[in-house]
Amino acid sequence: MSSWPLLSLLVWLPIVGALPVLLAGARRPRAARWIALLVSLATFAVSLLMLHGFNADSGAMQFTESHVWIAALNAHYALGVDGISVALILLTTFTTILVIVGAWEVIQDKVHQYMAAMLVLEALMLGVFCALDALLFYVFFEAMLIPMFIIIGVWGGPRRVYATIKFFIYTFFGSIFMLIGLIYLYLKAGTFDIATLQALRLTLPEQTWLFFAFLLAFAVKVPMVPVHTWLPDAHVEAPTGGSVVLAAVMLKVGGYGFIRFSLPITPDASAHYAWLVIALSLIAVVYIGYVALVQEDMKKLVAYSSIAHMGFVTLGLFTVFALLRSSPDGVMASLGVQGAMVQMISHGFVSGAMFTCIGVMYDRLHTRQIKDYGGLVNVMPWFAVFMVFFGMANAGLPGTSGFVGEFMVILSSFAADPWIALVAAFTLIIGAAYTLWLVKRVVWGEVTRPQVAAMKDINAREAFVLGAFALAVLALGVWPEPLVHLMNASVTGLVQKLALSKV
Amino acid sequence: MPNLNDILTLLPEAYLTGAICVLLLLDAFISERQRAAVHWLALLVLGVTALLVVSGQLQGTASAFGGMYLRDPLAEILKLAAITVTAIVFLLARPYLEDRRIAFGEFHTLTLFALLGVMLLVSAGSLIMIYLGLELLTLSSYALVALNRDSPLSSEAAIKYFVLGALSSGLLLYGMSMIYGATGTLDLAAIRMMVPMTPHHGLLVFGLVFLIVGIAFKFGAAPFHMWLPDVYDGSPTAVTAFIGSAPKLAAVGMALRLLDMGLPELVRDWQPMLAVLAVLSLAIGSLLAIVQTSLKRMLAYSTIAHMGYLFLGLSAGTAFGNAAAVFYAIAYALMATAAFGIILALSRAGFEADQIDDLKGLNQRSPWFAALMAITMFSLAGVPPLFGFFAKLLVLQAAINAGMLWLALAGAVFAIIGLYYYLRVVKVMYFDKPAADSILAVSTNLPLRWVLSVNALALLVLGVLWGPLFDWCLRAFSA
Repeated sequence: MSSWPLLSLLVWLPIVGALPVLLAGARRPRAARWIALLVSLATFAVSLLMLHGFNADSGAMQFTESHVWIAALNAHYALGVDGISVALILLTTFTTILVIVGAWEVIQDKVHQYMAAMLVLEALMLGVFCALDALLFYVFFEAMLIPMFIIIGVWGGPRRVYATIKFFIYTFFGSIFMLIGLIYLYLKAGTFDIATLQALRLTLPEQTWLFFAFLLAFAVKVPMVPVHTWLPDAHVEAPTGGSVVLAAVMLKVGGYGFIRFSLPITPDASAHYAWLVIALSLIAVVYIGYVALVQEDMKKLVAYSSIAHMGFVTLGLFTVFALLRSSPDGVMASLGVQGAMVQMISHGFVSGAMFTCIGVMYDRLHTRQIKDYGGLVNVMPWFAVFMVFFGMANAGLPGTSGFVGEFMVILSSFAADPWIALVAAFTLIIGAAYTLWLVKRVVWGEVTRPQVAAMKDINAREAFVLGAFALAVLALGVWPEPLVHLMNASVTGLVQKLALSKV
Repeated sequence: MPNLNDILTLLPEAYLTGAICVLLLLDAFISERQRAAVHWLALLVLGVTALLVVSGQLQGTASAFGGMYLRDPLAEILKLAAITVTAIVFLLARPYLEDRRIAFGEFHTLTLFALLGVMLLVSAGSLIMIYLGLELLTLSSYALVALNRDSPLSSEAAIKYFVLGALSSGLLLYGMSMIYGATGTLDLAAIRMMVPMTPHHGLLVFGLVFLIVGIAFKFGAAPFHMWLPDVYDGSPTAVTAFIGSAPKLAAVGMALRLLDMGLPELVRDWQPMLAVLAVLSLAIGSLLAIVQTSLKRMLAYSTIAHMGYLFLGLSAGTAFGNAAAVFYAIAYALMATAAFGIILALSRAGFEADQIDDLKGLNQRSPWFAALMAITMFSLAGVPPLFGFFAKLLVLQAAINAGMLWLALAGAVFAIIGLYYYLRVVKVMYFDKPAADSILAVSTNLPLRWVLSVNALALLVLGVLWGPLFDWCLRAFSA
């Protein structure tokens, strides 16, 4: 089985599958939908096959493939996965199916182009998580912008053009400096191989420059305060499917970048400037939480809550250094990274589900303003069940996945510095406040508007999408052990690397 | 006295000269209905010339006429690239010329003459030859720009081009005379030998400044870019497609012959000059392109910015940088033919399709050509995995390797600014609805559709598999 280039299959299947979808043309939307669904199911099957063959006890890269790509630059077409990438790959393939099902009747205009763009986007995101060569990584990382740009711009809301151009330029702005950093590393190491770059010795000034180049790229993607402003705009204007992919997977690329590049390539500079990232993360958690509280647009509210939740990811990643100083065995540090990863996966499910819920409401009433709703439980009881459940998960209720990641991060940050944990724990109050208040205003209460009274409950298709998300959220919340086990060896390996100075 | 060997070394150019004369005669005696024959014959001539170039190079590097003419891998690459883009332009231009009744024969023969100039220029081994090739190229270009006699815009562009072009040729010639005065020779290889020995270092640098000005003018690099937007805008689009592509290959050849072959010892002097030109071009090209409403003018300013990137590679002064510059010129030429090709495909008699707004809603009218244009725009913007990204990557790398990190950072910053106006074209095509009175339709001419598709898809394919092309460029400088 190992002779099969499983990862190449994973990355290229959606791209090849996008061709028949496009060829189906505007006149055969049914065919386009079914082919897209089949392709996404097949990709998910391949990712399950990969999970089946994956040895979680090893922190090494598995299923590796390597072919010379550009001999003159010593760049390779090199793919491979460890536990961290496997988790994110599964999240991607899983979410894509739900996005395609979710768009089934919602997208009526140029269906074939929408479905093809989604599949190409999936392939590029999978490529990011598989790439072991920095140049290849960068190519996937940037190319991802093109389908997203089209998705927001073509199928988005009234201010979509502004939002999508802002999204593109913002992200491009961040990553071009990473490109300069990568070229610098290449000239020093003579290769783009990520493992070699991670082992490369660098002086502290060099590391500092590189650290900030990487920080710019990944902070925009995550997004961290103060480069987060593109996200609410992009989310508000994106079609539901675009929002789901953006929140569920694309933001994770930023966190993944920190894990693959910033931390291991520039560990000393990361340790040196960890306070900066921690401070920005705490600002995201608290301040952005308050910003979310006052939003009147539901999508904007969830977008801000995404920024706050992603703050936990960066917090978990960068408390590692303080923890390594206090307890060099790395158990607590591993917990922080584990927490960040669990938080990423969990946020993928929860935010994806929240945006789907908003999409369901928007399809019926064509407004995202909170004040236009109220009393949904009376007319859409099944929907209300899901909405309340995901609201609880978003607020971090124990038993849902939202709790696990936040708890792990707060626990590890308490070991680093109780004050950090104290501030971070504010999220339990603020998160509950904005989410429950949203639920209260939208779901509970009496029906006051005739339009709301006419709303129909979710159909089987919507129930399937929300049910799948709910199952994932619940499973991860009750029994996170398989996920933790999957990533354990890789996370331990990462923490061991971080414990060694490169200067 | 030239012997048979010299003539054989020069065979591609000799053949091309003869073939053009035959075409000229043919065009004079052929009837109006058989005009298409000139078109196909011209393409045939290009094919044979390309074969002669390749077969000549197979016999190895050589020089003719006492070192005036060189046959080496660099000349081969640039010639083949120039022949390819000329062929693309011929195929793209045909419906446009027929719709507007622009003299068919003149267009083809003048373009071939310009190509001959390109080929002589990139093969030049002496200052005289450089000047000869350059003048052949530019004089043909002046006439091409004015080809649409009834258009006042074309005439204005041609006059502007001619006056400024003549001035820059004069400056170049003046610089050459200084170099000659300091070294006592016109032969580039001999100049290189003489530079460390000459006592007239000041005179050399003085001449160098004028050479650089001449080079910058031919590239259209700021601040010698004034002619470029007007010429791009005023020329018939078919001519713009040619002027925007093949002469850039010639310019990179000219710069490499003069600076890398003739004056490598003065690298400390010309490196900062090129760096300044690069930054100025990047700034002026990127910023002014933002405010353009005409697609042709926007592409003209984008050319200026791209020449800035090309200078990033040249200014490194290393084999890698030179190869990157050649690679960039080839990439740019292919992107330019694709971009102007879309304009040609959309235009028809009475409708130029040269405004950005003319592309509104193209995705609804023709998804395929909208996708091709989007590929071209993303490639020009330097978004992976397209050809233009890797060209940028290589020149940035060359600049960093030469210790000019600040220059690479400037390149990065202006890439972000440049992104905006390329995205705007994609936005217009994909996000806007076609105007109610829009008559947007893609030409039904099959060769045009095929060539345009292959050209734009090549940007995608070469974006993934550009290794061999770059290896080829590197080999030209490995000797």
